[in-house]
Amino acid sequence: MSKIIKLKKGFDINLAGKAAHQIADSIHPETFAIKPTDFIGMKRPKLLVNEGDNIKAGTPILFDKMQENVMYCSPVSGEIVEVKRGAKRKILEVKILADKTIEYESFQSYSPSDITGLSREDAQAQMMKSGVWPNIIQRPFGIVANENDSPKAIHISAFDTHPLAADVAFTLQGEEDAFKTGINVLKKFTDGKIHLNHNLNAEVSKVFANVEGIEHNKFSGPHPAGNVGVQIHHLDPVNKGDIVWTLTPYGVAQIGKLFSQGKYDASRLVAVCGSEVKTPQYYKTYSGGAINKLVDGNIKQDHVRYISGNVLTGEKIEKDGYLSFYANSITVIPEGDHTEFLGWIMPKKNVLSFHRAWGLFSFMNGKNKEYVLDSNTNGEDRAFVQTGTFEKVTPMDVYPTFLLKAILSEDFDNVEALGIYEVIEEDLALCEFVDVSKHDVQHMVREGIELIQNG
Amino acid sequence: MKFLHNLLEKQKPMFEKGGKLEKFYYLFEAGETFMFSPASTAKNKGVQVRDAIDLKRMMMTVVIAMIPCLIFGMFNTGYQHHVAVGEATSFLSLDNLLFGARWVLPIVLVSYAAGGIIEAIFAVVRKHPINEGFLVTGMLIPLIVPATIPLWQVALATVFGVLVGKEIFGGTGMNILNVAMTSRAFLYFAYPSQISGAVWTQLADKTPVDGFTGATALAVAYDSSTAGGDVVSALGDTFSFSNLFMGMVPGSIGETSTLWVLVGALILIATGVGSWKIIVSVFGGAFIMGTIFNAAGINPFMDMPAHYHLVMGGLAFGAVFMATDPVSAAHTETGKWIYGILIGMLSVLIRVVNPAYPEGIMLAVLLMNVFAPLIDFYVIQANKKRRLARATV
Repeated sequence: MSKIIKLKKGFDINLAGKAAHQIADSIHPETFAIKPTDFIGMKRPKLLVNEGDNIKAGTPILFDKMQENVMYCSPVSGEIVEVKRGAKRKILEVKILADKTIEYESFQSYSPSDITGLSREDAQAQMMKSGVWPNIIQRPFGIVANENDSPKAIHISAFDTHPLAADVAFTLQGEEDAFKTGINVLKKFTDGKIHLNHNLNAEVSKVFANVEGIEHNKFSGPHPAGNVGVQIHHLDPVNKGDIVWTLTPYGVAQIGKLFSQGKYDASRLVAVCGSEVKTPQYYKTYSGGAINKLVDGNIKQDHVRYISGNVLTGEKIEKDGYLSFYANSITVIPEGDHTEFLGWIMPKKNVLSFHRAWGLFSFMNGKNKEYVLDSNTNGEDRAFVQTGTFEKVTPMDVYPTFLLKAILSEDFDNVEALGIYEVIEEDLALCEFVDVSKHDVQHMVREGIELIQNG
Repeated sequence: MKFLHNLLEKQKPMFEKGGKLEKFYYLFEAGETFMFSPASTAKNKGVQVRDAIDLKRMMMTVVIAMIPCLIFGMFNTGYQHHVAVGEATSFLSLDNLLFGARWVLPIVLVSYAAGGIIEAIFAVVRKHPINEGFLVTGMLIPLIVPATIPLWQVALATVFGVLVGKEIFGGTGMNILNVAMTSRAFLYFAYPSQISGAVWTQLADKTPVDGFTGATALAVAYDSSTAGGDVVSALGDTFSFSNLFMGMVPGSIGETSTLWVLVGALILIATGVGSWKIIVSVFGGAFIMGTIFNAAGINPFMDMPAHYHLVMGGLAFGAVFMATDPVSAAHTETGKWIYGILIGMLSVLIRVVNPAYPEGIMLAVLLMNVFAPLIDFYVIQANKKRRLARATV
């Protein structure tokens, strides 16, 4: 049975600089990078190429020693120009100088009827060697899926409620068939259901509308209603011992293209957005593309922060940095390294707050006001004070404060009993935003997950 | 401002690691962040933008909510004095305010100074930031003591409250008991003669008029009840329901006026800083208990109409400013209802049944502070059970 679920808790962060539904004339980044740090849970990345090697799109670049069969492949063809390492020779970036026209490694392609007869083993082997496998994320823990598991269900969120998030349907226009093929391949991996979760308050895009043999659920509510973790919690929660898989619609379409066209197609539409972008719009590029060409001459001022991803779960990158593997947006906001005289008590109307404490009048602006927020922390680190707001922005039957306290005290039993299997960083990112004590909630969640994984 | 900021920045290296005054970094930090909000920015990973709120602003919201009570308290201190010595003027006269300020402001100053010093010492020794929670505690303590209290007792009680109520548990956020209530309980048991009986009116060495007793409504109600009379008539015009509601009666500095406490409650609820669930449930619990006593009706105090309980003594102030302390209250939303109702019921129970303590809210809040983690434990346990019930392994 498909479900309709209306959520009340949460908070929409309405920022200025939403990407317009238009695609810029093609600007191709010259360099691309694969960053092992994008893949949470990757323990010991091993390189398969050397500087100077020529590669094609889909050539394996590295793999994790702990999961040897899953390849992380080049998004484009070209030459490996640099392997950037950090402390202890940790691999930070593998940089690729791209060819003008992309050449692809060729994989087996299948007609729609072939796919029906395809075995799980064959599908799995092709996915693991071609670079599409890391699209599959496992819950609990939010790490790249283990190929030996049979998940009890597969969940896909067809909308994104993060601030300034790219419009999922828009970025997948024209990919109807690829998406459908991807779903058909994924059906081989689970005996359970595949859930595709739509926004109740929007028309279902034609990319998703005609996919058959899966559950179409609808969700409404403020962010994080679009987070797949929240959706899983309401549809079919992850219990101890359960494994479910999640994918983004982009990942599904990429898998589809691997099977229908026989290539690892890492091209994607990326939203360049944020208050400091002159014309926020979409750009066609590939995973891991350098952002400099996309933002050059398109930024209003110099003192900005470039974020790969969105402002809640993204990562700060430099102007010459690269898009993360999973990111479909680049957000540019003002850098907030400024002080303010008596800033802790001055009345403010243009700075967004979930709270209504003295002098914070943003709630009077109405829901449609767009804010320009900078990266300032608006306060300093303080002791944990229970305010009840974590619970108000978490639309799940989970007590974030108690969970976080259990994590801090490394209380295994309680970390488990209070629901660590049901959350990853992004699900509690809003707690980090609203926290009066300015703690790194998402970092704590990851510590809790690692506690259980390694425990 | 730029000049001031540069001046601070210049001093900063002295306080940072390796600097001459490294030990006092957190004192410097407290001063600096008080003047200027910090220039710190979001880390590379994690949220890149933060909510405009910080702990200072949250705590100041509570202080601001208490200001109506403080100002009313100053007027009332003056008014009670002038009534007692037979020089009664209209309530809102400047005389009342000045007299009140003369006695109340020193208490506020002493409370902030004594507590501030302890906070500072602990910040230096324990190397943690000075927490803004004391902004609230420092204001709460003066509002729950009589205007006649010796200043050294205020200092001692504040020191005791901050030390035993908070710092030995690890500081702000980790305390079990409400700090201000701990201070008051200390005064109550260590120096009972200065905080009970006829201490509520600051006479300032003048002789009161004949017939002046200085008793509070609770004392009158209790006495009349043991004498076997009707409580409402014993309370008379002085302690009529509307007088008690308005607060022009003897009592602790900030707690007498239910009206202005409710104004504070409105601020707390509108700003979302205080839990409306706790406030409503404390009042509800007290009313329920009062009604139960009405039904039992064993003595005249029990027969007193239940709504009188809500405006007498410190119940309203305790419900709004003490029970809602986010750290020592129950942390779960279901828990807050239970916690609040029990505070209300216990307050009235202690008032009516226990002969030793005329006021019940202080002990009720402290007792429930101790029980709050237990209440939360069961609410959380239910959550864990729901999760466990789904699991198959």
